[in-house]
Amino acid sequence: MDSSLTNIFPSSSSTIASDVDALFNFIFYASAVFFSIVVGLSILFVIRYRRRGDEPATSQVAHNNLLEIVWTVIPTILVLIVFFWGFKDYVRLYVVPHDALEIKVTAQKWFWSFDYAEGASSVNELVVPVGHPIKLLMSSKDVIHSFAVPQFRIKMDVLPNRYTVAWFEAVDTGSYNIFCTEYCGKGHSEMLGTIRVLPAEESAAWIEANSNMGKGLSLEEFGAMLYKKKACVTCHSIDGSKNTGPTFKGTFGSQEKLKDGSSVIVDENYIRESLLNPKAKVVEGYEPVMPTYQGILKDRQVDALIEYIKTLK
Amino acid sequence: MSDTAPKNYLNEQKGIKSWLLTHDHKRIGLLYLYSIMTFFLVGGVFAVMMRLELWTPPSDLFSPDTYNQLFTLHGAVMIFLFIIPSIPAALGNFVLPLHIGAKDVAFPRLNLASWYIFIIGALFAVYSLVSGGVDTGWTFYTPYSVTTSTAVVPMVFGAFVMGFSSIFTGLNFIVTIHKLRAPGMTWFRMPLFVWGLYATAIIQVLATPVLGITLALLIMERVVGIGIFDPAMGGDPVLYQHFFWFYSHPAVYIMILPGMGIISEVISALSHKKIFGYKAIAFSSLGIALTSFLVWGHHMFISGQSELAAMVFSFLTFFVGIPSGIKMFNWVATLYKGSIDLRAPMLYALAFLFLFSIGGLTGIFLGAMSVDVFLHDTYFIVAHFHYVMVGGTVMALLAGLHYWWPKMFGRMYSEGMARVSALLIFVGFNMTFFTQFMLGIQGMPRRYASYPEQFAPLHGYSSVGSLIMAAGFILMGFYLFYSLFKGARADKNPWGATTLEWSIASPPPSGNFDNVPTIDSDPYEYKTAAGPNG
Repeated sequence: MDSSLTNIFPSSSSTIASDVDALFNFIFYASAVFFSIVVGLSILFVIRYRRRGDEPATSQVAHNNLLEIVWTVIPTILVLIVFFWGFKDYVRLYVVPHDALEIKVTAQKWFWSFDYAEGASSVNELVVPVGHPIKLLMSSKDVIHSFAVPQFRIKMDVLPNRYTVAWFEAVDTGSYNIFCTEYCGKGHSEMLGTIRVLPAEESAAWIEANSNMGKGLSLEEFGAMLYKKKACVTCHSIDGSKNTGPTFKGTFGSQEKLKDGSSVIVDENYIRESLLNPKAKVVEGYEPVMPTYQGILKDRQVDALIEYIKTLK
Repeated sequence: MSDTAPKNYLNEQKGIKSWLLTHDHKRIGLLYLYSIMTFFLVGGVFAVMMRLELWTPPSDLFSPDTYNQLFTLHGAVMIFLFIIPSIPAALGNFVLPLHIGAKDVAFPRLNLASWYIFIIGALFAVYSLVSGGVDTGWTFYTPYSVTTSTAVVPMVFGAFVMGFSSIFTGLNFIVTIHKLRAPGMTWFRMPLFVWGLYATAIIQVLATPVLGITLALLIMERVVGIGIFDPAMGGDPVLYQHFFWFYSHPAVYIMILPGMGIISEVISALSHKKIFGYKAIAFSSLGIALTSFLVWGHHMFISGQSELAAMVFSFLTFFVGIPSGIKMFNWVATLYKGSIDLRAPMLYALAFLFLFSIGGLTGIFLGAMSVDVFLHDTYFIVAHFHYVMVGGTVMALLAGLHYWWPKMFGRMYSEGMARVSALLIFVGFNMTFFTQFMLGIQGMPRRYASYPEQFAPLHGYSSVGSLIMAAGFILMGFYLFYSLFKGARADKNPWGATTLEWSIASPPPSGNFDNVPTIDSDPYEYKTAAGPNG
């Protein structure tokens, strides 16, 4: 794009982005012309025909067929162009190329998880190869979310009762923001993620490394990694500060009062239960908003998180 | 009002009872006016609180839960308690019978009942507000609204009840316009504000029941667990969106059509010139009203509805835009060779032309399917509908309020202060919302309690704008209130306008017209200076 207007756009980093911007610019300049006519003439008339005393208007013209036909027909033609143009690109946005790499996207309050064909999975971080179409098969575990990547100009609602599909092909390597754009409650504005677009071989290596369950790391190190990658960090601090959920600092071995009045010692079994069935024993003072990690965390990952929490004294 | 004033609808009867049991459309109009001004203040306070939170990126002034309630309550109060009843029920009630030469609306008791139903609905909304608030957004999207622990049911029930008020007002106006026009007032001799109210009333009567049914289903789902929308109970959340927008898109025109009617009145009267393209404007109103029922799916291009449906909705959406464009051109053409009086009503009408142009044109971006995918649910949408609702409807309301204020109260407000206030509102509004178009293009999603650092400068600028706008409204509240007691007495026709309400005293007598007027000319018969077109 060659105009100054595009300076405020996010970068156009997918194959569709520059086409969307081209239509945006077309509408922008056509609108600017109409706006100038309406506002320019209004200002001109106000100055030229300003009432100074009691004088009546100098004309009572109230009708002009030619003028009225012109200002009906020209806008109609322009909006029809906009309609067809918009529809053409919309079809491209939703017809997935058949060689696309499919990734399963699961949205839930308030994080994104991604499952790759190779068995790897990640949370809030999607790693894809550059220059290859990626198909996102998306569903939600609770309410409606929406998967938006401004730099790719894509967006699609993620629904609890059916699959929706979006696709993109990144043209540049780099990191791009994922936003949740359908309001989903307390953590809506924290439901952020990143798409990392890597050269094909690096992307493949990353997926490979993520399929191996933290090989080469100690359980504690692996747990520290999962704490960030599986989005525990969104709601649980490690410095003692209160967030949506209780802090992890010093929690292991302590006695916590529960919502129903009873209390519990935080041990391995309580942590495991809280990960897989979080609404069973909710600590007093907190809402039962944590999603289940059943099916998201493998046994070794649960062990790793427990080991990590133990170290936070 | 001083007792020395001649007998009029304000001083003929006294005491709180004479207001609460009145059948006079003018008094009922004022009851609505006081109600909507109160709710505008409440909704405005929520708006300023939101802007203060958004001044800086982190969620610091309020918790995310509180912020989510603020934007929900701002939207719900402004939509259901302020903007929908604003022009039709407040100004429409006052002006409609005067405009058609009638003594009252067709069903005066039903008219009073509408106000009471509105207040009952409002009380449920207020109850919801004090008993934990609502955090769903004003759209109450399922399944979130079915699962949240906040007080959704009283708020939704309030909106349900207020729907009946809207239906009754619409019904009343339709019958009034059909049956109570003065002798000689043919359909094409009606002022264009009446056409606007007529088109509005059709939508109110036909669309509001769908909202009622939808909200009733939502309440049943929450209270007795009937699965309609929540997939956990076998329902479909997208069905809710269809139902909701089937009402709420036409409702946009409930908000804007009567405003367009006011703009026609004010531009013609203060240019002392016949309106350009009377029939085009009148038919545009009806065209907008009918087409508005067929475009609801453009709110759902990315919601998972079929691509074919999305295409049809996009196509029809462009055709609802054309009549609005025609009206804009007609208003500008009315200014041509007029004798343009730049007092407050005209300033607001010109602000309308400026702001509503932007509101309407940015709608084209959102009707274009591929661009909508990019801009949907970002601040671009927020800016667009504020340019339509505030830049359009609220500017028209203010134009009408300043235009009919002398008729309502028999007093003039301070023109100087009105100009300062109009300037503050215009500048503040553009600062607040033009920046939000830019935020939207940069990808800033709506309904975020906190946001990434990159959006901070524009958000800060927007927040400053909101304070300037608030200052303008506070000043307006002050000079309008002051004018009630100290304002100069208004004569019966301070603008030199030609419609019927200006032929009777300000304020009008209780029965409006001493003798039934007979109409033998068009509504806007202004004199012409000597000239070839005379």
